[in-house]
Amino acid sequence: MFGWEFPPHIAGGLGTACDGLTRGLAKHQVEVLFVMPSASGDEDQTAVRIINASDVAAFRTKEEARRIFDKVQFLKVTSNLIPYLGPDEFEEQVDLEREKEWNEFRISFGQKYKFSGKYGNNLMEEVMRYSLVAAAIARQNRFDVIHAHDWLTYMAGIAAKRVTGKPLVIHVHATEFDRSGENVNTQVYELEKRGMEAADRVIAVSNLTRNTIINRYHIDPSKVFTVHNAVDFSSAENREISRGVPEKIVTFLGRITFQKGPEYFIEAAYKVLQKTQNVRFVMAGSGDMFNRSVRRVAKLGISSHFHFTGFLRGEDVKNMFAYSDVYVMPSVSEPFGISPLEAMRANVPTIISKQSGVAEVLNHAIKVDFWDVNALADAIYGLLTYPALTAMTVRCGLEEVNSLKWDNAALKVKHIYESVTEEKSKIQ
Amino acid sequence: MKKTLCLYFQVHQPYRLRQYRFFDIGKNHYYFDDFANKTIMSRVASRCYIPANKLMLDLIKKYDGAFKIAFSVSGIAMEQMEQYAPEALESFRQLADTGHVEFLAETYSHSLSSLISPRKFKDQISMHVKAVEKHFGQKPRAFRNTELIYSDTIGEMVAGLGFTTMLTEGARHILGWKSPDYLYVNALNPKLKLLLRNFRLSDDIAFRFSDRNWGDWPLTAEKYAAWIAGALEKDDIVNIFMDYESFGEHQTASSGIFNFLKALPGMILSHADLEVLTPSQATQKHQPIAPLNVPYAISWADEERDISAWLGNELQKEAFADLYKIENQVRDSNDPELQRDFRRLQASDHFYYMCTKFFSDGDVHKYFNPYDTPYEAFINYMNVLSDITLRATKKKV
Repeated sequence: MFGWEFPPHIAGGLGTACDGLTRGLAKHQVEVLFVMPSASGDEDQTAVRIINASDVAAFRTKEEARRIFDKVQFLKVTSNLIPYLGPDEFEEQVDLEREKEWNEFRISFGQKYKFSGKYGNNLMEEVMRYSLVAAAIARQNRFDVIHAHDWLTYMAGIAAKRVTGKPLVIHVHATEFDRSGENVNTQVYELEKRGMEAADRVIAVSNLTRNTIINRYHIDPSKVFTVHNAVDFSSAENREISRGVPEKIVTFLGRITFQKGPEYFIEAAYKVLQKTQNVRFVMAGSGDMFNRSVRRVAKLGISSHFHFTGFLRGEDVKNMFAYSDVYVMPSVSEPFGISPLEAMRANVPTIISKQSGVAEVLNHAIKVDFWDVNALADAIYGLLTYPALTAMTVRCGLEEVNSLKWDNAALKVKHIYESVTEEKSKIQ
Repeated sequence: MKKTLCLYFQVHQPYRLRQYRFFDIGKNHYYFDDFANKTIMSRVASRCYIPANKLMLDLIKKYDGAFKIAFSVSGIAMEQMEQYAPEALESFRQLADTGHVEFLAETYSHSLSSLISPRKFKDQISMHVKAVEKHFGQKPRAFRNTELIYSDTIGEMVAGLGFTTMLTEGARHILGWKSPDYLYVNALNPKLKLLLRNFRLSDDIAFRFSDRNWGDWPLTAEKYAAWIAGALEKDDIVNIFMDYESFGEHQTASSGIFNFLKALPGMILSHADLEVLTPSQATQKHQPIAPLNVPYAISWADEERDISAWLGNELQKEAFADLYKIENQVRDSNDPELQRDFRRLQASDHFYYMCTKFFSDGDVHKYFNPYDTPYEAFINYMNVLSDITLRATKKKV
């Protein structure tokens, strides 16, 4: 299994999902070898064995290097590190150029490479180097299925498939359309599409994402399966916190970016504040729409009841939930969205947009269209005003969240593994 | 003595609420979705009420009174017919004029008042009785409560109002081994006779008629009449009770439901020992066999046959309790518009939309349901209720 991150060092939900999934798979007797670019050594390895790609040399001998180079033809790292992905085009290259490349290649990749495992400027280079190391790791280990999480690792998955012939499953936690709206990075889009095309099975975290894969990447629907994410909460998170203000608190928690829909939260806040002053709104997070949001709040003249916290992590996130009376996730596009589940676990009634994958698995969250500011305002007002609504969403929501187990999701993934290995053995 | 088939059809349409946002509270006092209400009433009138009534009229004339039926038309359905489909109301009037159609009493608003307020329950019934007299020229003698909700105490209240016949569900958990096909009496006041719905035979038409996966599809009038005759070999009365919208709406005309209905009386009456009577005639003719003990309220809804579809979760309970908190203020207000709105808000349908029992299999619950989720239904209803509460309490000052 190729991933980019694993708890405790995570930047988003991807690592958490990988952790949950591998634990679930372990319960179903699936052994997982988890390859990540930069392991720290403090990962919990009870359910997986973690391989740190930074510890693996791409090749041990010149012959091995040559063999891999010949097989992994899809890759070309140019001087400005733009990946070049067409094997067909590559074949057209003249031998001379190929030899020249080989020399460059041998020099730059012949040793261990220290991956940052972050999402920095040289991300593309890391992605490519990771795929080379992946090929080496694939040759050194025994396994039945290759599973790659999100576009950063698709190349690694393809490389491993090329050198071993094992079936490839790619797992789409988000697509470029979720990250960038319509202004997609074409390089990333291409990588994603290559991965999906090369894969024997594609797993989507929601039907919403599955539709994107089918309609925007033109992937054969018969190989795309939805496995909803899950959460493993040991118990309800009940922390007592003393409040500094008497008003009720309505919270937005997430990146303040276009796809999270912060502006709809602000407009709804304005509408609610027209009717009642007994409420405060909090926008927790950072992002490229932060400044614009602050300006909009000021312009609407609601700053005295609308607060920005900046980016929150760890304990502060939990405290923020404990502080909240209503949690709102008005995402424009959300492949899944784990934070509503965390809110519901903390006994916070939750409003989510119908355009989020998590809406497919939740009955006891209030669902609105992200653009329908009136409906959002109405739902917020309802939760602030009608006690039965809060009581019921909290009680049933907690039950519901606790029933979303990684065990069940992992079983579906296992069945997908079985279907591809069976297919492979039939062909052979 | 001949055995009896008794047919009763429910006619009801609620006033659906418009999308009423919280910022309307205290500002806008109009609650109803006129467009939806008009559209649905016109549709049901043209698909069901008008063609079905015409067919019923033909059948009653054809069999010269040997074929009889009963209706219960809720007060707010009559109001909406007056507003949006007067020709449908007229066709019911024509049926009433034949003298072979009995109109039953119910609560004016198709309300759940029997479960909370004896006084409101009584008011609602007397208002409905007046409406039936006005539109259909009959004084109802038999009573049916909203959704056939019944308990010993509700029956006792109904008997206290002078009714001698009441209709309810032949709920299996109440009857046990006993058959619904006999006359029973109220456990507290034996003067009130009870007719119990035979849910199997009723649902064969109401739910299963067009179901091609059903083993007995297609259902013919001949086959159905034979089943009834079979049930009545031993028993006294088979009660077939259902929503009138089953004809043409739930079961569409293309399913053959009207042809079935057209052929049915002939097939029934071809059995020499069978006759068709209205509820009040049936209770006069037959002898009750036992009192029926119903300590907790039953209804004709869902598998549970209880009241959990309307008052099962905390949303429904809170909305229901809050609604009746302003009962006295509304009654004393002398404000006809406020009273009208309050009546319309009492319809059981509003609470049905808040039901969370059927997130997965909500077919019946989704029918005519304007809301995507029970939470939306609750928020909208509570916003309206907040406004009417302001109106009711202000008026008092």
